[in-house]
Amino acid sequence: MRVNVTVNGRPRQADDVWEGESLLYLLRERLGLPGSKNACEQGECGSCTVRLDGVPVCACLVAAGQAHGRDVVTVEGLAARAGAAEGHLSPVQQAFVDAGAVQCGFCTPGLLVAADDLLERDPDPSDADIREALSGNLCRCTGYEKILDAVRLAAARTARSGQGA
Amino acid sequence: MRPTRTDLTQQSTRGGIGASTLRPDGGLKVTGEFAYASDLWHEDMLWGHTLRSPHAHARIVSLDTAEALATPGVHAVLTHADLPAATRYGLEVQDAPVLADGVVRHHGEPVALVAADHPETARRAAAKIKAVYEQLPVVTDEKSATAPGAPLLHPARADKHAPHVPHPNVVHCQPVVRGDVEAARARAHAVVTGDYEVGMQDQAFLGPESGLAVPAEDGGVDLYIATQWLHADLRQIAPVLGLPEDKVRMTLSGVGGAFGGREDLSMQAHACLLALRTGRPVKMVYNRFESFFGHVHRHPARLHYEHGADRDGGLLFVRCRIVLDGGAYTSSSPSVVGNAASLAVGPYACDNVDVEALALYTNNPPCGAMRGFGAVQACFAYEAQMDRLAAELGLDPVEFRRRNAVSQGSVMPTGQVIDAPAPVAELLRRVKALPLPPERQWETAGGSADLRALPGGVSNTSHGEGVVRGVGYAVGIKNVGFSEGFDDYSTARVRLESVAGEPVATVRTAMAEVGQGGVTVHAQIARTELGVAEVTLQPADTRMGSAGSTSASRQTYVTGGAIKAACEAVRERVLELGRAKFGTYHPAWATAELLLEGGKIVTDGGEVLAGLADVLDGEEPVEAERVWRHRPTEPFDLRSGQGQGHVQYSFAAHRAVVEVDTELGLVKVVELACAQDVGKALNPLSVVGQIHGATTQGLGLAVMEEIAVDPATGLVRNPSFTDYLIPTVLDTPAMPVDILELADAHAPYGLRGVGEAPTLSATPAVVAAVRQATGLPLRRVPLRPEHLTGTDVPA
Repeated sequence: MRVNVTVNGRPRQADDVWEGESLLYLLRERLGLPGSKNACEQGECGSCTVRLDGVPVCACLVAAGQAHGRDVVTVEGLAARAGAAEGHLSPVQQAFVDAGAVQCGFCTPGLLVAADDLLERDPDPSDADIREALSGNLCRCTGYEKILDAVRLAAARTARSGQGA
Repeated sequence: MRPTRTDLTQQSTRGGIGASTLRPDGGLKVTGEFAYASDLWHEDMLWGHTLRSPHAHARIVSLDTAEALATPGVHAVLTHADLPAATRYGLEVQDAPVLADGVVRHHGEPVALVAADHPETARRAAAKIKAVYEQLPVVTDEKSATAPGAPLLHPARADKHAPHVPHPNVVHCQPVVRGDVEAARARAHAVVTGDYEVGMQDQAFLGPESGLAVPAEDGGVDLYIATQWLHADLRQIAPVLGLPEDKVRMTLSGVGGAFGGREDLSMQAHACLLALRTGRPVKMVYNRFESFFGHVHRHPARLHYEHGADRDGGLLFVRCRIVLDGGAYTSSSPSVVGNAASLAVGPYACDNVDVEALALYTNNPPCGAMRGFGAVQACFAYEAQMDRLAAELGLDPVEFRRRNAVSQGSVMPTGQVIDAPAPVAELLRRVKALPLPPERQWETAGGSADLRALPGGVSNTSHGEGVVRGVGYAVGIKNVGFSEGFDDYSTARVRLESVAGEPVATVRTAMAEVGQGGVTVHAQIARTELGVAEVTLQPADTRMGSAGSTSASRQTYVTGGAIKAACEAVRERVLELGRAKFGTYHPAWATAELLLEGGKIVTDGGEVLAGLADVLDGEEPVEAERVWRHRPTEPFDLRSGQGQGHVQYSFAAHRAVVEVDTELGLVKVVELACAQDVGKALNPLSVVGQIHGATTQGLGLAVMEEIAVDPATGLVRNPSFTDYLIPTVLDTPAMPVDILELADAHAPYGLRGVGEAPTLSATPAVVAAVRQATGLPLRRVPLRPEHLTGTDVPA
């Protein structure tokens, strides 16, 4: 089948998609966007988290055909979406690098999409809110402490820049 | 190939050693551009898939691949009969079949391979392979494995351990004997005895086993792969392919975590075999279900301990027996046994010791390396014993540990003297001195309960009723580097040149960056040694000499040592060039104490003699390669366990604060504080990251992580992240970290390997805290609710 989908603001088309393929497979293997990760393909780890019409989903649990005609944002689109200049990072991406929230990095794309969604909904989340929002994303390297730091840092920086400071 | 970026050439970071320099690969990892092994793609590539055994022990009566091979889109189906050369491989003993050779010995053993043009086609074709099995009796524990007439896993074994083991189903057995335990026991004031059990933990790295094999025109193969040690893989793969090592060219791809689980081969040889058979590039990627069968796990263990102390709280003797389940093949079981035996007493001085550690062959899943490597299991048991002995003596558990803690100059049970700082008492003092988190931290300002801070969380199982707090302590000892006489070395090549008027260093090693941040500290070392800002790290591949394994907390130490040595050689050559060019301009050129700092050659008084770029300008790049070894070790004596077996010891202590819903048996870890001596923190941010990660894996073993294997059938019951739980951000508490830096004079910069020690002590600290909260003995990890509520039904 043919799937038309808008990914990171660009209309994309894939042909000869097998009906059993996931959105994750479509992104990674057919559209050349391997940033969304395949850590479990069981909907448990969150490393494939993308936004489908704005809602965070596990791309491994969405059939490719279900994404037809819809809007997808992946980790590859976060910087542009945040209005970052070419070659620059979004605030949440930069905060993950600066806070030491990245080790092996395999969970990072999914966490970034989830954190981006959280900060869009709640620019000043409490620690408990951050934990709840990220509870569907497994990380095996960091123990999450630096990830919490990163989300706090991104929130603080965004608040500062919003105030024009 | 699709243009991918694993190169670390970007220049985001400038710090030398001791700075919290940021990762050079951080930018690529947050944009999704970093190319992990599972992201690779090649024009015309096929997908490989593995058919695995549904039984733990069976004879393969027949394998009919005709229908699978006839499936449209399928390009090859391989079984044992198709193997071109060596049919077995292994890290220490070559006993693991590349594909099952008439018998399967554990659930999930590879039986056949399929290559097809779509992964689903490959999966469906594999399901069409008609495999007929005749099930055989299984052995799954010590009793069944050593019973009269027990089936032997490897009846014809001829490995070096075979002559000294008490039974052919024992992989290796290592006693450690010192002093006179019987005499000490006779004068002991208090004796405690206990049996402990540790479940099978999984590394659960997030990036699945994966790689891409590309056949080459010269009959060789290029393999892009996620691994912990390129050269150890190469040594095992080349004989299986029947190729000389120089025709198997391996390049490290992005690695999504490892924790020991990538020390053994998984799909490496399989992908190469399929690529060479089909003449097409072949990619293999395990899904999570397969990953649980695709790598070895942490050995489950049963441990029997007896400790005795005098009236004043002095540890008089320790007697123990540690039985590790190695599963169906050897993997690194012998080395795990060596660690368990030599570290069985823990970081305590004790003159009378009688230890026996062994690993079994069973039909359970193979077990091998995981962070902590044999020291984790022992630490859970000896720390439980130390708490019980303290209680028996009426002593505070921390005070009792401090009285018996090793220090520099102490003698280990192996006879090895600890010849570097061993601040065990100080680490305990520090975690104990930290302020405790406030009581009833779930109460909100409005007087209601924030469920997220309570055991059971938003399941709404308690608003604080039945919740009891407990505090527990533990400390552990782990060796750093490869032990027991292993020739443990690394290789580094460093180049310094002038590029556009700036001095630029290039560092090349074959080190596997698996997430730990070796690339960060290795560049820091080059900056410090050469006094340059610009350092480029080249990709790791097998055209470079071996860096050894990214395991045993060794890469900062050993590959760091090799880079330091190569930098020193480059510096000498640069100074020679400088003397030749400018030596007549200043008398200080003749002195020995010249430094490279800030892109310049300076005297030890800080006087600038020349810019590095001026020295290098117009010259060939200055390059040096060095192979570097740490101090040699020696094997443990097979009967006494005596020997200078280890390179370095590392120590960490934890204090755990837990809240337990005693009615439902639910545990919330509120805080898990760690103090660790790291010798020298080359990158404090990365050191804290290692401690946090290791602590969290220890927490996971304490309260949730276990691969459940049916003792009757040997079948794995929970190969998924739905049923094998690892800690989420809600399960993981605040983790304050206190870092000591007491230099080890034998190590580069005085550093100490950091990645493993906290994995040891986190588990017993959490369980000690739960014991305090519940008053229960709790002799097994992971803890389950039924263990805390008395509703456990013995299997």
